Amino acid sequence: MCLSVPSKVVEIHDDATVTVDTLGVKRRVSCHLITDPLQIGDFVLIHIGFVMNKIDHKDAQESLELYQQIVAQMELETEQ
Amino acid sequence: MISLNDFYQGFRDPQTIRHLAQLIAQQAAKTTQQINIMEVCGGHTHTIMKYGILQLLPSNIHFIHGPGCPVCVMPKERIDHAAVLASQTDTILVTLGDMIRVPGSKGSLAQFRSEGCDIRPIYDPLDTLAIARDNPDKTVIFFAIGFETSTPMTAALLAQAEAQNIDNILFHINHVLVPPAIDVVMSDSRSKVNAFIGPAHVSVISGSKIYQSTVDKYKTPVVVSGFEPVDVMESILRIVRQKVAGKAELDNQYSRSVSYEGNIAAQQLVDKYFMVRDSFRWRGLGPIANSALTLRPEYQHRDAERIYAHILPTVEIDDHKACMCGDILRGLANPKDCKVFGRGCSPQSPLGSCMVSSEGACNAYYRYGEVNNAN
Ligand code: SF4
Ligand code: SF4
Repeated sequence: MCLSVPSKVVEIHDDATVTVDTLGVKRRVSCHLITDPLQIGDFVLIHIGFVMNKIDHKDAQESLELYQQIVAQMELETEQ
Repeated sequence: MISLNDFYQGFRDPQTIRHLAQLIAQQAAKTTQQINIMEVCGGHTHTIMKYGILQLLPSNIHFIHGPGCPVCVMPKERIDHAAVLASQTDTILVTLGDMIRVPGSKGSLAQFRSEGCDIRPIYDPLDTLAIARDNPDKTVIFFAIGFETSTPMTAALLAQAEAQNIDNILFHINHVLVPPAIDVVMSDSRSKVNAFIGPAHVSVISGSKIYQSTVDKYKTPVVVSGFEPVDVMESILRIVRQKVAGKAELDNQYSRSVSYEGNIAAQQLVDKYFMVRDSFRWRGLGPIANSALTLRPEYQHRDAERIYAHILPTVEIDDHKACMCGDILRGLANPKDCKVFGRGCSPQSPLGSCMVSSEGACNAYYRYGEVNNAN
């Protein structure tokens, strides 16, 4: 029953809700569980209609870069 | 700038998965020991099955499915409670997700609904507020399920009901805790588990700290892991590295959203409304002390289990004799070991809830068995 998927904040409302985009699907979710203010463009995790937490851009970017390095490294090894 | 697509594609990239598999194989070749990883959560079971991860792994790495699906661990008598509550003429029962299809001893909530009970599946707990406002002459009962991930959402609903003076919302609380279930699995002398991957979203709320005691007590590595296939592969690699180095540490693969302390605001909200319950009977695992939550005395006026105690059945009901969900939840059996798997029991006509829940181990094996036939 968990659907904790990355989504992007696209609109902020004044009733403690935001509209998020989850791969093209837009929906309005509640911000009752987070204290940091959200900004348009933030990535968040959604679970049953609530924002649970922000996703750290920098950290996500670093993971993706690490994976690219692994791929490049391994391709190099197999070519040799 | 990172985009939403990067999240989906980057963390599912087949090339990355393949190369991580090579790295895992290289590492695993350095040890002769069997590495038996329990994925506590059903969400991971599904990633593992859906992306065919099993067949990418060397033969000394095994996966054992854990008790981490709120639908799978719900004993029949609790579903019977929901059915009795829903059968009252002046009530509306609301609940999340797959719960509606799980068989109780007298049928599933879906069956009760087709017989005229007002039972409404919802996707967002706060939808309960509107239902209660639109039906002032009815009592709306929120049948609350879930692990640490979902409890704060129930607390937020309660907070709103109190703040807005919506008196016709009651709660039947079935919130359970991950660490006591791990203790039960590990204290069984037959258990072969010697490593864990923990669900990231539980820890988004509770922090990775909830596994510290597992690491210390059982000297096993625990890696808190995301749900994308690349996340799971990286977590496996981190476990194997620990095993090769003879370490047992708490590690957090999902640092992009999980911290050691977790979401403190959510924890405080939970703490305001809930306290630990003395004992809760888990399906397949039996009663476990301090393994679930209940409302604090100040909020007992919202507790449907107390208010309707006189009509709720108290008998404990075990599963069908053929059903092996208990052993599966303990990590002692695999879905394919069950005689009725795919025959008497399928997602269309499930015998046990491990087949019902979209996160159940039997359901995952049924749906994605083909992908993994090579194994
Ligand atoms: S509710 Fe969440 S944490 Fe629990 S089994 Fe499902 S996906 Fe995993
Ligand atoms: S296949 Fe069905 S009956 Fe067998 S263990 Fe799984 S859910 Fe239970």
